Amino acid sequence: MWREIWLICRKDLIIERRARVTLIQIVPTVLLVLVVFAFALDANPSLLGAGAGGLFWVAVLFGAVLGAKRSFDIEAEGGNLDALRLAGLVPAAILWGKAAALALQLVLVGVFAAAGLLVLYSVTVHDWLLIVVAGLCGMAAFAICGTLYGAMTVGLRSADTLLPLLLIPVAAPVLLAGTRAFDVALGTSADQGWSWTALLAVVLVTYIAVGWAAAGPLLEDA
Amino acid sequence: MGAAVAFEGVVALLDRFPALAGVDLSVQAGEMVCLRGPNGAGKSTLLRACAGLVPVRGERAEVLGFDLRAQRRSVRPHVGLLGHRSPLYGDLRVDDQLRHCADIHRAGTPEVSAAIERFALGGRLGEVAIRRLSEGQQRRVALACLTIARPRLWLLDEPHAGLDTSSRDALDELLAEAVTAGATVMFATHETGRSRVAAARQVMLAGGRVEPAAPERHAKGPTDVA
Repeated sequence: MWREIWLICRKDLIIERRARVTLIQIVPTVLLVLVVFAFALDANPSLLGAGAGGLFWVAVLFGAVLGAKRSFDIEAEGGNLDALRLAGLVPAAILWGKAAALALQLVLVGVFAAAGLLVLYSVTVHDWLLIVVAGLCGMAAFAICGTLYGAMTVGLRSADTLLPLLLIPVAAPVLLAGTRAFDVALGTSADQGWSWTALLAVVLVTYIAVGWAAAGPLLEDA
Repeated sequence: MGAAVAFEGVVALLDRFPALAGVDLSVQAGEMVCLRGPNGAGKSTLLRACAGLVPVRGERAEVLGFDLRAQRRSVRPHVGLLGHRSPLYGDLRVDDQLRHCADIHRAGTPEVSAAIERFALGGRLGEVAIRRLSEGQQRRVALACLTIARPRLWLLDEPHAGLDTSSRDALDELLAEAVTAGATVMFATHETGRSRVAAARQVMLAGGRVEPAAPERHAKGPTDVA
């Protein structure tokens, strides 16, 4: 099982290394979202600083939607998902392998988005550990969620619109808890940052449980 | 040897449409069978059903001893399917793709090297992204992956499509070797001019059923391969 997860994850990462879709397409899109928000908020430093945490997570969520779509587009192409199923891979291994690869790509997106926040919004980080832990939990949750819905919509003609329609509402708890944790870490709120991070971890564990239960039926019927 | 495929009254629904409407078919292990029939006859669905990728019903639906009605997933690791499209990752290089196939099928370097040599995929071609290959070259990579997988049942949908003469010959030799080694081969094709195709048992499909066997069971046409 672990070997199969690694093989799928490695394959997706090699594809990313060859095609550089995350680096050339998704990261610039996420940075563009941050720039557009800055324009929309009239480059008001106090307003941008106050909303920086939320804008980070909205931008990363856009990145997750694009990444999840891409992750299953490559499987739909030429019937690759059938080939994986015929190789006798456990459906859960396919799902977790793809989720792991997407999570790593989202970490890359998150690093660039965080750099964008520091440069464009002039924010100051008060608690780096909170940023890193909340960030990793949130991106892993986005990756699992995106992979689940990517598997659900793969091959559908309406996948382009259906995936964000399904993913964004389900990712809302991550958006909310991540934003609160980041607000504390950026010093714009005096809330309990670690409590929100704990909530993120609970959401992540819930998504993992759902993923285990849903992997078989999802990939069997995909 | 026993039956590799034993279908009696097999039905497969695709979006409520009966793509297979009561198929009766028996294929012995080590046999080569050529599926023929007009477009929409159910050839591709039959191949996918044999691979355990399509849910089936019926009196009997066994492939390699697995009951497809209850053990559809169990048969998959023993089957190799090459459909109309080549199941390849366009952004991977040829060598990446072959290594991926070898890893998921637990094949070693000798199998990969043999497949590379057989389908002339060595040298600089190995470093080319699959997306940049011609259709015929992509087909060769897909066939190389199938060779690496070493299935007990080969299911091929229009395997000669897009291949040049030498690659078609290599494919014919590969199928003959697979049968000699005890594997079973089923392929759908509209080709009539190849001796290997003509040598296979011909099964006619129409309207999702197997047509009764005609007195002449082999395809007619010029034989261009000895």
